[in-house]
Amino acid sequence: MNLRLFHHFGSFILWLGQIFRKPESHVMYYRETIRQMYDIGIGSFPIVFLISIFIGAVTAVQFYYQMEGTLIPPYYIGYIVRDMELIELAPTITCLVLAGKVGSNMAAELGGMRQKEHIDAMEIMGVNTSAYLVLPKLIAALLMVPVLVCAAALIGILGSYLSSVPAGLFTSADFIKGIRSFFIPYNVFMMFVKAIVFAFILTCVSCYQGYFVKGGSIELGEASTRAVVYSNILILLADYVIALVLTA
Amino acid sequence: MIKAENIYKSFGDQEVLKGITFTFEAGKTNLVIGKSGSGKTVLLKILVGLFKPTSGSVWYDDVDLVTADKDSLRKLRMQVGMLFQGNALFDSMTIEENIRFPLDMFTTRTLKEKTDRVNYCLERVSLAGINKKYPSEISGGMQKRVGIARAIVLNPKYLFCDEPNSGLDPQTSITIDELIQDITRDNNITTVINTHDMNSVMEIGENICLLDKGLLAWEGSKDEVLQDQNETLHEFIFASPFLQKLIESSK
Repeated sequence: MNLRLFHHFGSFILWLGQIFRKPESHVMYYRETIRQMYDIGIGSFPIVFLISIFIGAVTAVQFYYQMEGTLIPPYYIGYIVRDMELIELAPTITCLVLAGKVGSNMAAELGGMRQKEHIDAMEIMGVNTSAYLVLPKLIAALLMVPVLVCAAALIGILGSYLSSVPAGLFTSADFIKGIRSFFIPYNVFMMFVKAIVFAFILTCVSCYQGYFVKGGSIELGEASTRAVVYSNILILLADYVIALVLTA
Repeated sequence: MIKAENIYKSFGDQEVLKGITFTFEAGKTNLVIGKSGSGKTVLLKILVGLFKPTSGSVWYDDVDLVTADKDSLRKLRMQVGMLFQGNALFDSMTIEENIRFPLDMFTTRTLKEKTDRVNYCLERVSLAGINKKYPSEISGGMQKRVGIARAIVLNPKYLFCDEPNSGLDPQTSITIDELIQDITRDNNITTVINTHDMNSVMEIGENICLLDKGLLAWEGSKDEVLQDQNETLHEFIFASPFLQKLIESSK
């Protein structure tokens, strides 16, 4: 088991070296990147919107439940929700969801291409398939995931406002005062660092699982599952490491 | 000319190819025949560089494919066209986009020049006018021909066909065989076909190698097939009871 882990880690590193090669045709790579940006960005926005608004809403309601009857000023809710969204909820939850949606999609797409000999056909044409099939996805993810995470943070804060203020849990003035209090721009930097690292993890891990799939449809299903599970584990691990490093 | 020299290939403990040496002649239709599991596909994949042999060399004129670095390999592969057993057409692209793919990737031609070349290749395989269709909208025989059109779009020096007749009716098989032979002659390319279709052997086999259990069992041309007394060759050729009855009745 441990030896297999080392084997996969080694082949993953060697494969990464293949991805960052000079493209055969810049136009083809550009077109593919735009297509992937659309798929990842626009295609994932509805699910990111839905999840962010409910996470924000539940966060506000549960903080009200915990703060009720304490001496903590009510405006703190805006401050707490804002920083939780920026530092943790928006980047981590969004990327865990994207690993499920985008990551499994990437693994299935590449695995299907491998099984139908599309990758072999491209290889024989002389295409660097590792680069052509993965680099546009990686660039698209590195550009679009931070945008989605940023949107998720804003939508989460909006969700917390919409769930708490109309319900009478806090006043609008309290909430907005909280949002504007104790703002540290460094937290936004931390959010983007997490978004970029998580985007790299979910794309590369998922593509690796799909690109090297062997066997039939059962193995393809297993590769998709592995793509999501391994991405999620590595995202959570990276989350912890980034938190340690950037808050030290 | 392509020369396979002392090719061995093992997967784990299983030795699939056991020292194959054969020359695939330039400008000819070269056939690799043999029963299922004899190692034909593995040999073809070694010839195009998809598999590395355990030992041995594959010479494309004076370049050894096995020891070539990645860049030389890519340059060499740009001179290679391949028709896959399952066609390997990209499902999400139209027929035109499928055939144009190598042109988009490796040439700086204008869109009009590329479209003209695609139309020429489609005419060459008698499929003019299906540019905007998707692979799923055409028959298996037409997909094979589109596969051939894509394989020849960059004017390759070498053409490989893996089981080009599989899943096709006898008439369509003959059409595909004739098409491959015409393309080979007209463009003077080295064609290697992997098949167990006896009709192909007798019609277009100019240079044939028979594989049996990973060994080269026989080599020759279609004219020598019926004359030769090689036991393995006879076993393979006259395996069909229908053919045996036909020969007996003609006697």
